[in-house]
Amino acid sequence: MEEISKRKSLLFISCEEAFHICDKKQYGEASFWEMLKLNLRLIWCNMTKSYVKKNNQLTTTIKTSRVECLHKSEREVLVERFNEHLKNEMQS
Amino acid sequence: MSNHQLNPNNWIDLYSDYLFNYTITRVNDREIAKDLIQDTFVAGLKSMKNFKGEANERTWLISILKRKIIDYYRKINSNKGKAEVRMTYVNDDQEGDWLEERAEDDGQLNAEETIENSELGDAIYNCMDKLSEKEATVFKMKTILGYETETICNELGITASNLWVILHRARTQLAECLEKKWL
Repeated sequence: MEEISKRKSLLFISCEEAFHICDKKQYGEASFWEMLKLNLRLIWCNMTKSYVKKNNQLTTTIKTSRVECLHKSEREVLVERFNEHLKNEMQS
Repeated sequence: MSNHQLNPNNWIDLYSDYLFNYTITRVNDREIAKDLIQDTFVAGLKSMKNFKGEANERTWLISILKRKIIDYYRKINSNKGKAEVRMTYVNDDQEGDWLEERAEDDGQLNAEETIENSELGDAIYNCMDKLSEKEATVFKMKTILGYETETICNELGITASNLWVILHRARTQLAECLEKKWL
């Protein structure tokens, strides 16, 4: 009996765990075993289905947009240069 | 009646990523985009006394940046494209139009795709404004810059499970916000 319940817990996951695996999947960090558990849950859980759909859509949207931001080092250079100007402006 | 005030100490934290994304979709060069936003902040600093408070800080900075981008295209065209411009645009009063047309065309996407991408980028940044500072930072590092989980954890001093919790919150809020505004 205990053995069966152990096997069940290995295969059947909670919604929270499914969401977590789905998040990891967006960055290619979900393992084969995790994907299997997620796909199993997807068969019958509507909440998981809805989350996976929205999450995949978000990833596609971000990729399509080609949105960009500054790297930390680039920002630091910007801050350093701007602070010099700020200091000069305050003094004048 | 003026409502908005300028606080240059916060400009880089609050607006540098937004301005950078705005610029790079229009000039398609990372180094030039960085220079242009640097120039924008400096120009903003120098013309603070002209700020009437009618627009918010970001809108005001964007209006300066737009002029910088046009100046940039004017400059490169004056060096290498005078002859072509004369052939295509005859009248002097069309000058403003050709500058904008040239600014939008980066040679890889068509005009419609470029505009759509830049609007989508704006919508993403508007939604990111609603995230907490930590959520926005983690989301940008992981999703936009593509850093490894371990690198982000070391950089921000958080555990991997913390990172996934923060990322989950950020993604859920962003998906909801973008669904309302874009999707």
